[in-house]
Amino acid sequence: MSDETNDGRGPHSDAAHPNGASHELAMPTADPFADPGLPHHVPRRTDVDERAAKRAERQVSALFTLSTLCTIGFVVAYVSIDKDEIIRVQTLGRVNALNFTLGLTLGGALLFIGIGAIHWARKLMNSEEIVDYRHPMKSSAQDTADVLVMAKAGAADSALPRRKMIWMSLAGAMAAFPITLLVPLRDLGPLPHRKLRETLWKDPARREIVHANGGARLRPDDLQVGSQISARPTGNVSLDDLAKAAILLVRLHPDEVQSKTQLDKGYQGIMAFSKICSHAGCPLGLYEHTTHHMLCPCHQSTFDLSRGGKVIFGPAARDLPQLAITVNSEGYLVARGDFDEPVGPSFWERG
Amino acid sequence: MSAAAKVGGGIATYLDERVGSNAGAKKNLRKVFPEHWSFMLGEIALYSFIILLLSGTYLTLFFKPSMTEVPYHGSYVPLQGVQMSEAYESTMNLSFDVRGGLLMRQIHHWSALIFVAAIVIHLMRIFFTGAFRKPRELNWLIGNGLLTLALIEGFCGYSLPDDLLSGTGLRIADGVLLSIPVVGTYVQFFLFGGEFPGEAVIPRMFTLHVLLIPGIMLALITMHLMLVVVQKHTQFPGPGRTNENVVGFPLMPVYMAKAGGFFFIVFGVCAVLSAVAQINPIWVYGPYIPDQITAGSQPDFYIGFLEGSLRATPNWETNLWGHTISWNVLIPGLILPGLMMTAMALYPFIEAFVTGDRREHHLLDRPRDAPVRTALGAMSLAFYLLLFINGGNDIIGYTFHIQINTITRLTQVALVVAPPIVFMITKRACLGLQRKDLARVLHGRETGIIKRLPNGEFIEVHEPISAELRYKLMARNAPLPLEAGPATDADGIPAPAQGLNKVRARMSRFWYADDLPKPTPEEYEELTSGHGHH
Repeated sequence: MSDETNDGRGPHSDAAHPNGASHELAMPTADPFADPGLPHHVPRRTDVDERAAKRAERQVSALFTLSTLCTIGFVVAYVSIDKDEIIRVQTLGRVNALNFTLGLTLGGALLFIGIGAIHWARKLMNSEEIVDYRHPMKSSAQDTADVLVMAKAGAADSALPRRKMIWMSLAGAMAAFPITLLVPLRDLGPLPHRKLRETLWKDPARREIVHANGGARLRPDDLQVGSQISARPTGNVSLDDLAKAAILLVRLHPDEVQSKTQLDKGYQGIMAFSKICSHAGCPLGLYEHTTHHMLCPCHQSTFDLSRGGKVIFGPAARDLPQLAITVNSEGYLVARGDFDEPVGPSFWERG
Repeated sequence: MSAAAKVGGGIATYLDERVGSNAGAKKNLRKVFPEHWSFMLGEIALYSFIILLLSGTYLTLFFKPSMTEVPYHGSYVPLQGVQMSEAYESTMNLSFDVRGGLLMRQIHHWSALIFVAAIVIHLMRIFFTGAFRKPRELNWLIGNGLLTLALIEGFCGYSLPDDLLSGTGLRIADGVLLSIPVVGTYVQFFLFGGEFPGEAVIPRMFTLHVLLIPGIMLALITMHLMLVVVQKHTQFPGPGRTNENVVGFPLMPVYMAKAGGFFFIVFGVCAVLSAVAQINPIWVYGPYIPDQITAGSQPDFYIGFLEGSLRATPNWETNLWGHTISWNVLIPGLILPGLMMTAMALYPFIEAFVTGDRREHHLLDRPRDAPVRTALGAMSLAFYLLLFINGGNDIIGYTFHIQINTITRLTQVALVVAPPIVFMITKRACLGLQRKDLARVLHGRETGIIKRLPNGEFIEVHEPISAELRYKLMARNAPLPLEAGPATDADGIPAPAQGLNKVRARMSRFWYADDLPKPTPEEYEELTSGHGHH
């Protein structure tokens, strides 16, 4: 820090008030916009009336004492209130008694210290403003010249200006060595390979479609025309697999389905679409029975399930992938294979 | 009193003999800080950061950053026996079975919201008063860095409990990472340790959230504050307050009491909020399962503008030579916030280029006195707010019975149309306020006294304003638009960097050509010498 700039001015800042600025405009000036200087200090009530000051002192002490009482209240609440107790509080409704009491007593313990300290500062501490002077941030010309001399000496001592080879090789080494910090990051995760292109439905043993809630196998009769449910592959599905394999099952009247290929991928008007939004990957959630529109609650991409999961609104660029289904020998709904295309958000290699 | 002085002196001497602390104390013990309500905004940010460190440390004592699935056996009945990650389970236990645990969680969450909000409002104060000008450009950059880190830190933090709501946010982040051209898929696989959701992302984000990011932020905050001490605080112009001094109250005792007290008030407010206003009730959302979602999912407010930009961007995607770029995710998720942050970071340097002003500025501008800066700020805020509002378009649509599609379309139009309109209105308003100031200075204050002259004419008596007010109103900088200067000198030699000068002149005209010039003393004398005017 700049010691020398302060020389001879050290005590100035304390002594200068409140007339610190007045000497700058001592001479009468014709300029009507000149700085009239710091206004005179107006004493507060507590500066002139000892009784008011005493009162302020009592107020501050009372606030600090209240804080201590709140701290005691906090400890008492902590040991005495059951953690599961629910109380009814006006306007708040049912709240956890312990959380409510602990929060209020902690809040009181803190707030009363804060309010007390600020009240003290405002009422009793010296209210005369003081003036300090700024100095240009830049160092004095002498300092700069000295530094230049030192830097030159340092550079000369290092032999660098004459030994260019060192400079170049050092720059190369410094640029190269961070690679040693980056390379070990390679094992943070596996390479993508084809993982984003395949789902659990690829596995012939996992093609049976079960209800997302409860895992019951589904017969075509379980879905009435107009109904829509969430489903997943049978068995224990890991979250990673579920994030790609989750599907929506919808049953439309075959006349309502717009395209033949779509109908062919389904079974008697039952069709399976990926539940994962083709925009950012949220699961789709809001189905409108009359229009067959499926909405993503995250960014409101809307897909028309009667038109092959076509995007009709929102930021999603691609239609919902459809999973071809049929029934197995036992009459349960099964997938005929994997999706024809990757599900979920786009990625660079998707194509 | 003397006992306290003796102890204090003893400690000071002990320290000074070992580290020479008295030299620093001499400079700083009575350091002057100017007073203005808006200077407290940065303090709120600082104090909520401290509260975050304290409450966060407590949370780490109970939180398990693990995605291993376990069945729940805590005291919250509706989730009994449900499979969930250890992260979610430990957050549930902290909320229901650790006394005061819920309070600490809520204090942590509330202070995080207050932290980011205070940073944003503090930043607006700095911007609109021109406090970023020389010599404070570096501190502006540090502040910008802190804001960016605070957003990432907050996102990591609220993702940690691994509940259905935060998992959905993480799922979107995953989609955004995948949209990065060329390396996106790899970035996503490396961050999540494989496919989404994997089992690595919570522990990894935990390390970022409790160690790496707060460590960097602590270092940046320390630098931020040291620069404030070294450069001394800015002040608003006023009688006796000039560019060469700083007028206010000393650190000891006034600011020790006021700033110290204010820390307790911010902390106390967080505690009371956490007692009366429930926040992030993760038990309502349930554990994260990738095929489940709730309607009306909303992120914490500071991520809202990204949510809004994702919702507003049209469904652009290109497929070329076997590669996909999903602009519909890349632009709103990464490019737009990147541009917004970059433009903000560069503004001080752009303005310095436009003014060509190399002086130090310690006196703050009133926003009206820098109309184009204020208008650019208002325009950017309008853009930000539109994104923010669109981030809640489902809530707005539901509340006011408006179609979501309508809100989104309106937002798309408004994002293009509204900022220029806001720019023009703000600039006009600033110039109008400048004119009003000028009228007060030159024609005085309207007294409300109506006088009838002998000839029957009614006039309102104007009273000259005080010298203090006159100084305050006219202390502003009034930069004149710069000229490019002649292209060649007298000998026909082309001037250096003439192209740059022309750009500067054009920008300078845009910035300053419409400003009202300050009246000269002569104009003032002329207008005020005869007091009969009205």
